[in-house]
Amino acid sequence: MSEQSIPAPPFEVADRPPSRTPSASATSDAPSDTRSDAPLSRQRVIPLRHPGRWIATAVVLVLVAQFAHGLVTNPFYQWGRFQYWFARPVILQGLLVTLEVAALSAVLGLVGGIVLALMRQSRNPILRAVSWTYIWLFRSVPLIVVLLVLYNFSALYKTLSLGVPFGPGFVHFNESALATDLVVATLGLSLNEAAYAAEVVRSGILSVDQGQHEAAAALGLPRGYQFRRIVLPQALRAIVPAYVNQLIGLIKGTSLVFYVSLLDLFGEVQNMGSTYPGDVVPLLLVATVWYVVLTSVVSVVQFYVERHYSRGALRTVPPTPLQRLRVSLRQLRERADFGSTVNS
Amino acid sequence: MSAVEQTQEPLVRIRGLRKSFGANLVLDGIDLDVREGEVTVLLGPSGSGKSTLLRSINHLEKPDAGFVEVGGEIIGYRHHGSRLHELGHRTITRQRAAVGMVFQQFNLFPHLTVLENIIEAPVAVRGLTRKSAAVQARELLERVGLDGRESAYPRQLSGGQQQRVAIARALAMEPRLLLFDEPTSALDPELVGEVLAVMRDLALSGMTMIVVTHEIGFAREVADSVVFLDGGRVIESGAPADVLDNPGHDRARAFLAAVL
Repeated sequence: MSEQSIPAPPFEVADRPPSRTPSASATSDAPSDTRSDAPLSRQRVIPLRHPGRWIATAVVLVLVAQFAHGLVTNPFYQWGRFQYWFARPVILQGLLVTLEVAALSAVLGLVGGIVLALMRQSRNPILRAVSWTYIWLFRSVPLIVVLLVLYNFSALYKTLSLGVPFGPGFVHFNESALATDLVVATLGLSLNEAAYAAEVVRSGILSVDQGQHEAAAALGLPRGYQFRRIVLPQALRAIVPAYVNQLIGLIKGTSLVFYVSLLDLFGEVQNMGSTYPGDVVPLLLVATVWYVVLTSVVSVVQFYVERHYSRGALRTVPPTPLQRLRVSLRQLRERADFGSTVNS
Repeated sequence: MSAVEQTQEPLVRIRGLRKSFGANLVLDGIDLDVREGEVTVLLGPSGSGKSTLLRSINHLEKPDAGFVEVGGEIIGYRHHGSRLHELGHRTITRQRAAVGMVFQQFNLFPHLTVLENIIEAPVAVRGLTRKSAAVQARELLERVGLDGRESAYPRQLSGGQQQRVAIARALAMEPRLLLFDEPTSALDPELVGEVLAVMRDLALSGMTMIVVTHEIGFAREVADSVVFLDGGRVIESGAPADVLDNPGHDRARAFLAAVL
């Protein structure tokens, strides 16, 4: 700051465009020139110090270190047992069921959500009302209640038949044979998911400019085609983040299928926990880590899907982590090269 | 097309067109003829119904009464007995494909490249192969002075460039009629010229055009007829020189004085 006392003619400063010469090159021009008569526009910038930030960083780091230390050294967590359970076949079996139920419900839920969202946008008041009621109902009823009702469904309806409404049926199904635990669980989650997905999809469709619909219509594109090729791809930009949020909720929601006697990841952990009561904590940690892994995978996929749908919306697509790594490595190398030339 | 030329019937015939939005009467009985190969400029203060009239021509707005006829075919309805029956979506889609439209806000599809924007409808509606549609698209881009930009996304282009792509997109459907809804109103003053130049070339090539604009110079130079709207009615129409230099109506005179 003392360098400010150097007389620098103001017009000279005003004349030059503010060029931020890197400090390294400035010093390499005149390495011994600390007093410096250089014009103000070429002088080194000393960044403002933030002592508060350093203190806060130190406090947080100490707390994090304490927590990590406790996690590792506290015998309560029984990391040995964690290791034993982590990739046991029973656990992996449960994980597979979780993945199956989550994937099926995510797809069915999204398809149902798109249909419901289109019904809500429809000009037909009956379709609108049915969609609204469905969403209202399934958003109101807790998922566990939906699952248990479906589980007891076979008591309410013994057989299902395909045929004329209210008239004779052609094909009859025995409901208890049709409704396996997996079907009940997937159905319950999908019904619930569709209600939420419908609102997510609808908000995406609403985010697309009205001019896009008009331009597509004016070109004579058929209505279904307009939706698939013009509106939906743009809506997906808004849909993807919200739907992934929904999806993560769904993955964790699958832990409820334990109550309709389907042994998913959580179910197996519960089961093993009651067989080996001493291992409850490590078993819960196993479940935690697997759920974290699933969520992380989804988040990574989300990044790339979002990147895909940002084509055209951004002038430049954000770099992938790999590209970013490559750029920073290159910068490091350049800086190292520069340093060596200055030193020699 | 040849039938139209032989009988000298106007390409566009509008009779008694009325439209209101709620209590707001926007079109109050419009009659208008546009002959093939002519350029008609619609002028008028904002809220006079110019855009609504234009949007009725390709059925983006449904009229409350009256009709629009393009090439002898009523848009959006079928005449049967003493009634007009609303047409199905497919037929309206086919009718729209024959009428190109260029919007004030360009309305290019931002998720598609320039080339994809242009070939989308020819492939989907006219049944061209992607390859032949792309060949045609490149010719059109050259015509609007944008050759070499086919892989850019719309947001990477200036407003003037986007509007020229929008014109190329409309032309790719080989329409009989082009509608322009204030095509230069969203542009920086220095970009207006490049769009108007493309439109002038189009007019010279014999394209039938209906243009809503405030560019009086364009109207004077390019238009075959100028129609002045106020309060949802045609209050003045005729050759540009007559309407622009000798407006008979006070409202038209006041508007022109303000715009010129």
